[in-house]
Amino acid sequence: MMPKQLISLTLNGLPRELAVEPSWTLLETVREALDLTGPKEGCGTGDCGACSMIVDGRLITSCLMLAPQAAGREITTIEGLQKNGSLDPVQQAFIDAGGLQCGFCIPGMVMAARHLLDHNREPSLTEIREALAGNLCRCTGYTKIYEAVQLATERMAAR
Amino acid sequence: MRTFEYHAPQTIDEAVRLLQAGGAAARPLAGGTDIVVQMKESATKFPYPEAIVSLDRVSELRGIDFSESEGLRIGAGTTMADVAASPLVRERYLALAEGAGVVGSLQTMNMATIGGNVCNAAPSADTAPPLLVYEAQAVVVGTNGRRTLPLGDFFHGPGLTALEPGELLAELRMPVPPANTGAVYLRNTPRKQMDIAVVGVAVALTLSGDTIERARVALGAVAPTPVRAIAAEAALEGQPASDETFARAAEAAASQDARPISDIRASVDFRRHLVKVMTARLLVEAASRAKGNS
Repeated sequence: MMPKQLISLTLNGLPRELAVEPSWTLLETVREALDLTGPKEGCGTGDCGACSMIVDGRLITSCLMLAPQAAGREITTIEGLQKNGSLDPVQQAFIDAGGLQCGFCIPGMVMAARHLLDHNREPSLTEIREALAGNLCRCTGYTKIYEAVQLATERMAAR
Repeated sequence: MRTFEYHAPQTIDEAVRLLQAGGAAARPLAGGTDIVVQMKESATKFPYPEAIVSLDRVSELRGIDFSESEGLRIGAGTTMADVAASPLVRERYLALAEGAGVVGSLQTMNMATIGGNVCNAAPSADTAPPLLVYEAQAVVVGTNGRRTLPLGDFFHGPGLTALEPGELLAELRMPVPPANTGAVYLRNTPRKQMDIAVVGVAVALTLSGDTIERARVALGAVAPTPVRAIAAEAALEGQPASDETFARAAEAAASQDARPISDIRASVDFRRHLVKVMTARLLVEAASRAKGNS
C-alpha cells in the first residue's frame, strides 16, 4: 500500500481536507471517505454515467477520475444541488414528472440535466437527448426522464 | 484498482524527468478514460504501472492556437470537448472538430484529451483520420529535447506508438489547409453515442475549379493503425470532381487501402462495404465544402 496523500478540495461549497490513496477514484472517495452516497457506481468504466459529478464546471464520470486529480477542484454532487433545504428545480421536476423508476441512474441523470441547463436555458428535445446520452437507464425510463428535463426547463424559464 | 505511486508534475520537463526515472513501469495519465479503465480491469496493454505521472497540472500541455504562418497547434492535454468547440478548429479544421465531437459521451469528451486519443493508438481513434488528412505532425518531448514526426509514422500498431520510454507527446501541429479545401469526418456506429467506430473515414479535397488539385483520405478501424488511403488519393488527384471519379476512388479505398479484420463489431466484408459507401459520400460532401457550402 502506498502512503496516503493529503488533498484539499471543495465539495458542494464546503472546503474539505482528507487523506487519499492515489488508486481511489473520486467516486470511491466521495462515497466511502466523505459519506455522500448519492453518486452511484454502475459500470465503473465511464459508460453509464451514474457517477456523474460536476468538477470545475464540467460534467465528468467520477469513476474514472483519481482522487488526487480532484485536489484543489470544486466538486458538486447530487447532494450539493439543494439550496437552503429546497430541492433544485431539476430535482423537483424529476419527482413531479415521475422521471424515475428504480432510481439508480437518477443522481447522474439529474447532474447531466443540471449541467445542460447551466449552459443552455432553452434546450430542444434533441439537445436534451444528446446531453443525457452518456447516462444509461436500465429501466429504460427515458421518455419520462426527458419530460422531467423539459418540465424543469419550463419552470426555470417562468421564474 | 491496484496501487501505484502518483506524481503530479507542473511542467513538461518535470513530467519527462519522472517518466524517464520510472522507465517502463511509469505511465503518463491524461484524461483517464482509457488507462483508468484498463487499470481497473488489470487489462493494460503494458505492464501494470508502478508509477502514474498525471498530466492534469501541466498547463503548458493545454491550449489551441492558430497563425497563418504556422497553422494550428493543439496541446496534447486539450480535451476533446475543447477541440470540438474551438472556433479556431471549426473554421479551418472542421473534420477534426467532427472527430473530437463524437468520442464517447459529453462526460468522456470533458475528460479525454486529443493526446490521449492519439497515444492510446486504437485503430478506431476518432481524431486520427482527421489529423492524418490535415497532415498533422506530432511533437514529442524527451530528456534529449524535442523531435517532430509525421503522425503517420507515430502509429506503429494497435496500442503501439513511436514514443520511446520517457517520451511524451506534447502537441499536434497542422499546416494551414490550401484555399478551396473542404474536409469531413464520419464514422459508422450502431449507436449514435457511447460507441466505437466500426469504420471511420476522413476526406480533404482541394479543388481548382472542378478539378481535384489535392486529395487526402484516411481510414480508421480497417488496419492495425489509422491509415492514409494512398490508392484512393491517387485516383482523385488531377481528376474532375465527379461522381465517376469518386466511385473509382471509393473502390480503391475499399479494395486496396483498407486491410480490415473481422471482429465483434463487423466482418471484413462489411467493413470494406462501409469504406466504399462512406468514402463516396464523404467525397461529395468534401467537394461541396470546398466550394464554400459547409
